[in-house]
Amino acid sequence: MNWVWTNFDMIWGLTLSQIWLSVIPIVVGFLLSIPLGYAASRSKAARSILLSAGGILYTIPSLALFVSIPVVIGTSLLDPTNVVIALTIYSVAIMVRSSADAFASVPEPVQDSATAVGFSGWQRFFAVELPLAGPVLLAGIRVVSVSTVSLVSVGSVIGVSSLGFLFTDGFQRNFFTEVWTGIIGTVIIAAVFDLLLVLIGRLAMPWNRRVSDRKLRRVASRSAVPVS
Amino acid sequence: MNLILQGLAWIFTPSHWVTSVGNVSISTRIGEHFYYTGVSLLVTVLIAVPIGLAIGHTGKGRGIAIVLSNASRALPTLGLLAVLILGVGIGLLPVAIVLVILGIPPLLAGVYSGLESVDRQTIDAARAMGMTELQILVKVEIPLGFELIFGGFRAATLQIIATVTLAAYYSLGGLGHYLVFGLAQNDYPQMVAGAILVIVLALAVDGILAVIQRFVVPGVSRGTTRQRRTARGGAIPPVAQSRTLIKEGQ
Repeated sequence: MNWVWTNFDMIWGLTLSQIWLSVIPIVVGFLLSIPLGYAASRSKAARSILLSAGGILYTIPSLALFVSIPVVIGTSLLDPTNVVIALTIYSVAIMVRSSADAFASVPEPVQDSATAVGFSGWQRFFAVELPLAGPVLLAGIRVVSVSTVSLVSVGSVIGVSSLGFLFTDGFQRNFFTEVWTGIIGTVIIAAVFDLLLVLIGRLAMPWNRRVSDRKLRRVASRSAVPVS
Repeated sequence: MNLILQGLAWIFTPSHWVTSVGNVSISTRIGEHFYYTGVSLLVTVLIAVPIGLAIGHTGKGRGIAIVLSNASRALPTLGLLAVLILGVGIGLLPVAIVLVILGIPPLLAGVYSGLESVDRQTIDAARAMGMTELQILVKVEIPLGFELIFGGFRAATLQIIATVTLAAYYSLGGLGHYLVFGLAQNDYPQMVAGAILVIVLALAVDGILAVIQRFVVPGVSRGTTRQRRTARGGAIPPVAQSRTLIKEGQ
């Protein structure tokens, strides 16, 4: 425990970079997946192309993706951008399926009635479909959030600092406390993120429409698991 | 882009396929990769399938399973490996423990949601016909839920194969070795070669499992999935009219 207090500044710094490195992919992945998922819920061809592409991208092991990004786009190998881009690719790959399911879960009669009472395409999307897709979107982004936070630490293998530094450094020094600190820190960040997402969900969807357990379960069991 | 060519050239250098002093052949590394994967997958199946069947059949314990699965997702693999290797020493055991921890949640979820996807009326009908619980499980629930069960197996396999890559960071071998070693030595062609090998292996295994999935899933389940969902009043997506969607929706 002493070690934690004496090195608190370093740990806090690593925590902050871990947070940044994971927030960007989660937010960007969510935003990108909305139009993609919507397109996938509208057209069979789009769905099959997007979901297959997502499946393939997400099959790529993270370490391999981390070192492939600089090779493909020409950034420096140590650039944290590589990790952010790689994790964004994963989060879109996972989220696009949830998002497609979310929009597909909006009942057709509801969409038709929205059109019938005079909603234009955009109005219908923002006022009807997006809110009704909300609960499934939330379930999806929670999975993305947890897996992104735990994947950021793999970046420390290629020298991008995060709490993962405590794993590699602690291992080299044969120092349990350091590694445990990193693990616990990562889990705490993941838990806080999850709590925040649930809170945001409550605020954004105050009607608290309880999606049937079964639907969420289906999404959860289907959604991709983090690739290490 | 040039590096990719150099990486490919590295892979196709014949001497890299032969084990010699200070060099372990690519095929040996592939063997190590499959060895870790196979052992862990076996243990994962032995643990997750019985528990998943019990949860899916009885409907009890699902809440705990979901909480534990979600919690395990937050565990950082790299840290877990470090702690276990420091604790029990280098070898198969720490890797296998981590891989099993990662493999169980997707397989478990696949098994119990597979059983739960079976129409209750079908199960009641089977029971009314005098089937024992075991017969219901083996002859009704498992065949009808097999698509999701196999989907869970596929996800678990990929999760494990991808994670074995990380083992190389702790000098445990596997295909990740070239990646990690190349990185440490600033030998970028070797690093890229490692990345290519790992990616190709993961995609190839996934592709093979996808093909197997198409063949082993009992034909009846596909046609009835749609009817089952409609009958249950479950939200059936407007586009779900196509068979493709249901197939992908594993």
